[in-house]
Amino acid sequence: MNLSAFIIKRLMNMIPTLLGVMLLVFVLFNWVGGDPAYILAGKIGDPKQIANIRHQLGVDRSYWIQLWIFFKQVCTFDFGRSWSTGELVSDVLLSRVGPTLTIMVPVLILETLLATLFALWVSYVRGSLTDRVVMVICTVAMSISFLVYIIVFQWLFGYRLGWFPVQGWADGFLTNLTRYAPLPVMLAVFVSLSPSLRLYRSFVLEEMNHDYVRTARAKGISERAIMLKHVLRNAAIPILTNVGMALPGLFVGSFLLEVFFSIPGLGREVVESVNRSDFPVIKAITVYLAILTMLANLLVDVLYRWVDPRVTFK
Amino acid sequence: MTHATDSAGPWALAWRRFKQDRVALVSLCITAFFLLVMFASYAGLLARNWSAEVAPSYTAPTLQKVTPLANTHEQVGLPQTFTDPPVDISDIDPLTPHYQEWQQLTAQVAKAQAAQATHLFFGADKWGRDVLAKVIKGSEVSMTVGIVAALLSVMIGAVLGALAGYFGGVIDACMEWLYNVLTSLPSILLILAVAAVFSRGFMTIILILGLTGWTGVYRLLRAEYLQHRERTYVRAAEALGASHASRMFRHILPNVSHVLLVQFSMNVVGFIKAEVILSFLGLGVPVDMVSWGTMLAETQEELVIGKWWQLLAAGGSMAILVTAISLFADAVRDALDPKLNE
Repeated sequence: MNLSAFIIKRLMNMIPTLLGVMLLVFVLFNWVGGDPAYILAGKIGDPKQIANIRHQLGVDRSYWIQLWIFFKQVCTFDFGRSWSTGELVSDVLLSRVGPTLTIMVPVLILETLLATLFALWVSYVRGSLTDRVVMVICTVAMSISFLVYIIVFQWLFGYRLGWFPVQGWADGFLTNLTRYAPLPVMLAVFVSLSPSLRLYRSFVLEEMNHDYVRTARAKGISERAIMLKHVLRNAAIPILTNVGMALPGLFVGSFLLEVFFSIPGLGREVVESVNRSDFPVIKAITVYLAILTMLANLLVDVLYRWVDPRVTFK
Repeated sequence: MTHATDSAGPWALAWRRFKQDRVALVSLCITAFFLLVMFASYAGLLARNWSAEVAPSYTAPTLQKVTPLANTHEQVGLPQTFTDPPVDISDIDPLTPHYQEWQQLTAQVAKAQAAQATHLFFGADKWGRDVLAKVIKGSEVSMTVGIVAALLSVMIGAVLGALAGYFGGVIDACMEWLYNVLTSLPSILLILAVAAVFSRGFMTIILILGLTGWTGVYRLLRAEYLQHRERTYVRAAEALGASHASRMFRHILPNVSHVLLVQFSMNVVGFIKAEVILSFLGLGVPVDMVSWGTMLAETQEELVIGKWWQLLAAGGSMAILVTAISLFADAVRDALDPKLNE
């Protein structure tokens, strides 16, 4: 099967899943979530006003019509206005993506590079004291709550040592990247390094048991060349899958980081919307993130073929 | 020639392998200790009065006994000396007749608070509560959330995975659709979206975690059932007239139960961590309860004024338990997988 046919087939397969996500979101927010008019009208609760809001939102009509309205909203990228701030939901989303990516793209790049390099190194000295110590440190590091890391790092580097601003965000991209992003980025890399390192180490070790490694060694290729050229290239396939699965997470970033460091990104927006019962914003983020996840999975599958010519589309 | 009953079963063999692993035994003991503390706390033997004010605000950890409210004035920062004598306004103050009565009431309250001096190995928090008692009570809440939610998720995942893998066909297609829908969202976003529409509460958080966290168990169980349904022993059971339910749960389930045990331990760890984050975001346990998450949420402002002990107590006990369960799960997986030992 050629590439375009494969992509078209996969896109068709996404439709039922996407409809399912929309149904899930609809059931959660339009049915379980209760009548939004009462949330919007707040404590005033004037019956006429409530009826008015209900009519505006279309919740006085049948569920089928509401579902259709929701469907149209998804297709046209028009979720109306935020219930709490009155901004257009699409504007809210577009303005929140930038800060999140400013943090998360450096995190993903640094984490993948560092975890791969460390994994190659500890696999190279596998079974040694270094290897075991690093693995124990990883296990212990993974068991400490992310919350504890953030609290301690923010206090230590932001407050006590004063190397970085405790929190904040500016307008310029470069200011943000050089001034406000380093501490959250460092933190996220530090926290995600342990699980990735453990996983990548197992990938590398798996590859090192293969015959081609022994052959390469028999041919007299240096250990360094074996690790960096032969093993790395093959271990890159599962590593790539892992990175691909982490891609959708980029767009929500880390909720906690954004809350702690006052970064106006998508993650903080979700948390604030949940606390304010701002359903249109949560609905929009949920649906579009599901679409992005599915596209990211497709991208990973296509990249497979680029990395590993043995893979065929089916 | 040995009798057939002499050969050990798979669980006994696994236990024999498990016992040889010293790390596994230590982690099992630590987990058991935490469970013991949890049950003692439930039974009211430990930390019953965790919310009582037993010491001045932010008492540092000490090995000596601390008397409650020893130097309140210093702590609160009330001015100690007045230069001018207070003006007597009792003639015009309409509350004058009540002062006597209130003073008596205050005296009674003070008497009630004057409990005996207590040990404060982990200091006291902002409201003078014993941090150690809070950690114990918090472990009760956090571990209950983790364990019950993990049980729920494993049960849902096992039943759906068994149905999908065993029957295949339309049921499988429906389950796969549901699985794809739920996994097309990052789990934390799914949890927050569900949390947005439900009211806050202890049961709610268990339900949210359990209802959204079953997909991993489902995936594995479905794969196992797909393999096992074609095995000879299942065919034999069918020939003997065993019903579908009997084949699924009496014949196949014991053979795949090790997957459930490992997944259960991993979910407990994941949910304890998730509870901490949800409670910090204000979506977890209600304010009148204490969990490791609500404790950690208090520590951010404490650390700035140099009060580190609550962070150490809550973060440390959580880290120890999580490490123990993770190592336990690893050891169980190794012990139950005979292929690894060959």
